[in-house]
Amino acid sequence: MRDVAIVGFAQRQLKDYDGSPTCAELLVPILADCYEQTGWTRRDIGFWCSGSSDYLAGRSFSFVSAIDAIGVLPPVNESHVEMDAAWALYEAWLKIQTGEVDTALVFGFGKSSAGVLRRTLALQLDPYTMTPLWPDTVSLAALQARAGIDAGVWDEKAMAEVVDRSMTDAESNANAIRKGGSSVADLLAKPMFADPLRKHDCAPVTDGAAAIVLAADDKARDVRDRPAWITGLSHNIDSIYLGMRDLTVSPSASRAMEAAGGADGVEIAELHAPFSHQELVLQEALGLSSDTRISPSGGALSGNPMFAGGAIRIGEAAQRIWDGSADKVLGHATSGPALQQNLVCVMEAK
Amino acid sequence: MSRTLQAPVTVAFDYTRSVGPVLERFLAGLRDATFVGGRTSDGRVVVPPPEFDPLTHEPTVDFEFLPSTGTVASWTWVSEPVAGQPLDHPFAFALVTLDGADTPLLHAVDVASPDQMSTGMRVAARWSDERVGAITDVVFVPEGTALPEPRRELGQEPIGRLITPVKLDYVYAASAEESAFYRGLAEGRLLGQRCPACGKVYVPPRSACPVDGVPTSEEVEVSDTGTVTTFCIVNVPFLGQRITPPYVSAYVLLDGADIALMHLILDVPAEEVRMGMRVKAVWKPRDEWGTTIENISHFAPTGEPDADYETYKHHL
Repeated sequence: MRDVAIVGFAQRQLKDYDGSPTCAELLVPILADCYEQTGWTRRDIGFWCSGSSDYLAGRSFSFVSAIDAIGVLPPVNESHVEMDAAWALYEAWLKIQTGEVDTALVFGFGKSSAGVLRRTLALQLDPYTMTPLWPDTVSLAALQARAGIDAGVWDEKAMAEVVDRSMTDAESNANAIRKGGSSVADLLAKPMFADPLRKHDCAPVTDGAAAIVLAADDKARDVRDRPAWITGLSHNIDSIYLGMRDLTVSPSASRAMEAAGGADGVEIAELHAPFSHQELVLQEALGLSSDTRISPSGGALSGNPMFAGGAIRIGEAAQRIWDGSADKVLGHATSGPALQQNLVCVMEAK
Repeated sequence: MSRTLQAPVTVAFDYTRSVGPVLERFLAGLRDATFVGGRTSDGRVVVPPPEFDPLTHEPTVDFEFLPSTGTVASWTWVSEPVAGQPLDHPFAFALVTLDGADTPLLHAVDVASPDQMSTGMRVAARWSDERVGAITDVVFVPEGTALPEPRRELGQEPIGRLITPVKLDYVYAASAEESAFYRGLAEGRLLGQRCPACGKVYVPPRSACPVDGVPTSEEVEVSDTGTVTTFCIVNVPFLGQRITPPYVSAYVLLDGADIALMHLILDVPAEEVRMGMRVKAVWKPRDEWGTTIENISHFAPTGEPDADYETYKHHL
């Protein structure tokens, strides 16, 4: 296996982006930031991979228009996944492992605010027995939240503690679109939105984009003193049918973590938990110890641009290696209803 | 003035899917006001039946008829229903474990308030009168609610196909550059932008030059006269067609632009349109203008000699 590291990361999160859903306008400065961090030009990138979905904003072939932001003469080696850019990162990592390229830039983008996000996401469900009911994302997460409360695995207070810590941490994250700690008591006094979820238990609808730069071996060492070396990368999936799953646990997250070498020694974990209780599910499923600092960025509750939110967790974690605040970190991404799919990326200093 | 132009857009499509042998049993059951589950290799009864066994991955072949009653395993309150959901007033989504089943089914429970919902409560199916063999043929209500016996019609044809209408409403925004283009059109002007790297003028302008990946910042007004670089004769009728075929759709390279614009060529027999033909925009009456390319009705020949191939060979 080749040693591959994350050496660049840039992001932008907005409450209500007023531009075109191709997001080329957002991507140009993000890519420019990546060039500046690496000292490269676009011609130094061996492989490009993006994550997005046209359903989000109703613009067909938006991923084709988005590559305007790259500039494609001479032609570039490019791919796309209809997944969070964390899965684009997985494809890029594989591409580097094949030896065909030494460097890659992955990006994700989306304008969630163009439609009714929780409704649009019903299209990712089983089209025969689920989508015709238009089960919105928030309702499905709420069914999971209640299952855990009824089973005594967590309670509303534990969920509020996750929110309060996330909102407090988000105060020092310039990219966060929702921030500001209060108290568990104040949070529990707020009205229900999708009982037992309150609005603050749900990630805010977020527009935005993010990019991550990968490099192998000396290419990575040339860019940074402390590249975030990927020492474990895996993803796994559970059934699309909620009835076939025990919603209080996440077998796919556990399997992915095991395949990535386990969570021993992870100092900081950036978890992609778009609903407060999902952080509690993940903490258990990933086997994180009580010493592990969780989502110091404020996590997905502080901002969750679809198709970039998972990659942002990985980028945030990588930055903690670069700046020397940790020697081993975890970035996690999720996709699908109620934590159906999970990807983990373990990064270490060397 | 807002930075960008925005307008509502609806994207809709009726997806038609074949159902296969397992979903056929489940959906035909719904049409007959009956739940059909599948037995999996570990002995569980699962509703809806999985097409393939989760452990052995063999097709499901063992089916069970189940009663119309069950127990709520989890629930949430939909305080603000969205379009297409089973009920247009606040309701509960629930995981309902039917009597005799081992796994719950996702569905809706029609009650007036969340106070009437609880985990473990008993519910019963309220079947529609007009059932088509779809998951939407039923909703649940608290057990004990007076329900008429559903009308059943025996000996119906197989379901075969399921039609799922999908309709999504968006607010679509043009980019800042596209917005300038459309606002220019409302004044009878054609605005493009020049790439600072390669010097190419894009009409309509884009957020970044696709060759160089840099924003195109310099605004350039181009002529409404240009050259046909390539064209096709439309002979095929299609839904929403506004002109009777045959007619010509062409790429027009406006004088001053580097990227051709697609538009109609009319006022000339289709067979006379050719590469290199010089054409000019025919604008609609000014009082009909808006922020749209439709301000230009079509392009028509100017009568000038054809442009030399050399002048547009790099713009094909």
